[in-house]
Amino acid sequence: MIAARADWLLALPVLIPLLACALSAALRGRPLVQRAVTATAAAAMLVSGAALVAEVLGRGVIASQMGDWPAPFGITMVADLFAAAMVAITALIYAATAAYAPADAGMRAQEALWHPLLAALVLGVAGAFLAGDLFNLYVWFEVMLIASFGLLVLGGGREQLDAAVKYAVLNLMATTVFLIAVGLVYGLTGTLNLADMARRMPQVPNQGAAAAVAFLLLAAFGAKAAVFPLFFWLPASYHTAIAPVAAIFAGLLTKVGVYAMIRLVTLVFPAGQDWMAPLLWAVAAGTMVVGVLGAAAHWDIRRILSFHIISQIGYMIVGLAVATPFAIAGAVLYIIHHIMVKANLFLVAGAIRRAGGSFSLAALGGLWRRDPWLGILFAIAALSLAGLPPLSGFWAKFMVVKSGFDAGWYALAAVALGTGILTLYSMLKIWIEAFWKEPPEGAAVVALAGRERWLLLGPVAALALVTLGIGLWAEPFAAYALAAGEQLAGREAYIAAVLGARP
Amino acid sequence: MPDSLILRASASYVLWAGLALSVFVLLRGHNEPGGGFIGGLIGALGFVFHALARGPAETRRVLRLDPLAWGGSGLLLATASGLPALLLHAEPLLTHQWIDGLPIGTAIPFDIGVYLVVLGFALAFVLPFLGEESA
Repeated sequence: MIAARADWLLALPVLIPLLACALSAALRGRPLVQRAVTATAAAAMLVSGAALVAEVLGRGVIASQMGDWPAPFGITMVADLFAAAMVAITALIYAATAAYAPADAGMRAQEALWHPLLAALVLGVAGAFLAGDLFNLYVWFEVMLIASFGLLVLGGGREQLDAAVKYAVLNLMATTVFLIAVGLVYGLTGTLNLADMARRMPQVPNQGAAAAVAFLLLAAFGAKAAVFPLFFWLPASYHTAIAPVAAIFAGLLTKVGVYAMIRLVTLVFPAGQDWMAPLLWAVAAGTMVVGVLGAAAHWDIRRILSFHIISQIGYMIVGLAVATPFAIAGAVLYIIHHIMVKANLFLVAGAIRRAGGSFSLAALGGLWRRDPWLGILFAIAALSLAGLPPLSGFWAKFMVVKSGFDAGWYALAAVALGTGILTLYSMLKIWIEAFWKEPPEGAAVVALAGRERWLLLGPVAALALVTLGIGLWAEPFAAYALAAGEQLAGREAYIAAVLGARP
Repeated sequence: MPDSLILRASASYVLWAGLALSVFVLLRGHNEPGGGFIGGLIGALGFVFHALARGPAETRRVLRLDPLAWGGSGLLLATASGLPALLLHAEPLLTHQWIDGLPIGTAIPFDIGVYLVVLGFALAFVLPFLGEESA
């Protein structure tokens, strides 16, 4: 029997970056061939991601048992609307980064290693989104982590090594907690398949132990997602990476943690232990406030943006805390919007650095007069981040905050709105300092021109167009997010797709 | 590093002995402890010893290909060994396929792939630390 379409659609998002990683490692020393491999892989990934979304839209949740070992014993790969959208957006960011990278000045000496490492990172991210059992999720997290260590130290400056050590140690601690929790889950339920676990978890006699496991898993994923109070590794490391690396980190890595949290809570612990909602409430509020205040205090573009990653994660956790289908849909839309905007802002930061010679706001100025297009592209991403209509951020924030009001969580919704205003403040700070004020004496001025300008601003413009598209034509995206929210909250479709429709 | 005649002269023998042992471990790993991962590490140790004695430049010459290229080829092989299971459904091909009583396994190609991945990436990581520039 030949493999069914679902098997291919689920295997390709993993297979393509795996092959790209192997090929670009084997072809080290031929930068042009490596670029071609990465470009081809990114294009193929985009197509397969789009096909996966189309299939899941048409047929509902699809699952595939690798090598025909049946669930819950074999390796299961599953895609529902949420996972498929995440794979597609991963492909988009992969493509944007791959197009941007060759023009980035920080890349030149590092390119031979950058290609295989980037492919390995995308492999880990896509695998984590499609993983149907907890141990494979752990393995994909490891793949992602190893690749991200390598990417973080590309360039090899003292500052980067310092950042990489903090990043590695703190992430390894989170991973260890994850592994301990995996062991405990297996002890409690006798299965690691997520769908099977969802069925068995309510029957576990020792519900106290189940709660402890849930807490450990939330802590491990929370550390990956950089939520309060486990976020401290992120601002210590992200600002040191070169622009195309920082963009993909900022876009994808923390969101895999959020994805895992949403998957775990909606699928395995949907009944909501008593402690879970207040905990997520506090985590969401703390994450939003700490992130946005941290950003307000900094004057380096990349540090500001890094702290904003944290504050935005808080919004997604709001959706998870409220946990109605509408709130989860809000979180889904928020993640999709955020990945695009955040990666884009880091790419813009790289272009600002190229044009203005620095990441420090004090040393920048006058960019608006020199390159209005750069300013417009920054403004689209920045205002979308702050949640101004008619950009994608507005709809995402609207859904999350509305779900908070609907559920009667007024304080949390108020925190979310206040955070939005402070986000706007930080973005205006970058705008005024980098674009409007007169350039300081002796500032390095490089006119972005010709091919370099196209390569740097092309991917940025493409992502900005998608942001605008979601904002102006929100209906299908909101409908998709709502369907994904229903599917996540319903969870029966997922379980049936993996295990078959037995009672 | 102090120059030692014994070390230099023995380096190539140790390398080949190490490689032979690593291949043995690679192959016996099928049913007993061992396999591609540990075999690759043992093989890498042989090359590291060689690099300590003769310098990394000489080791790279013995390797012929860049260590990363070895690792990449191994990854390709390991990936390819998973493909039959995807292409031909209905039978668990992870371990074996019987064709007229003849077992055709994908486990060995997979393990050889892992062996090359570990060997290649370990060397790609270690060789630069052994004084590449001065050699």
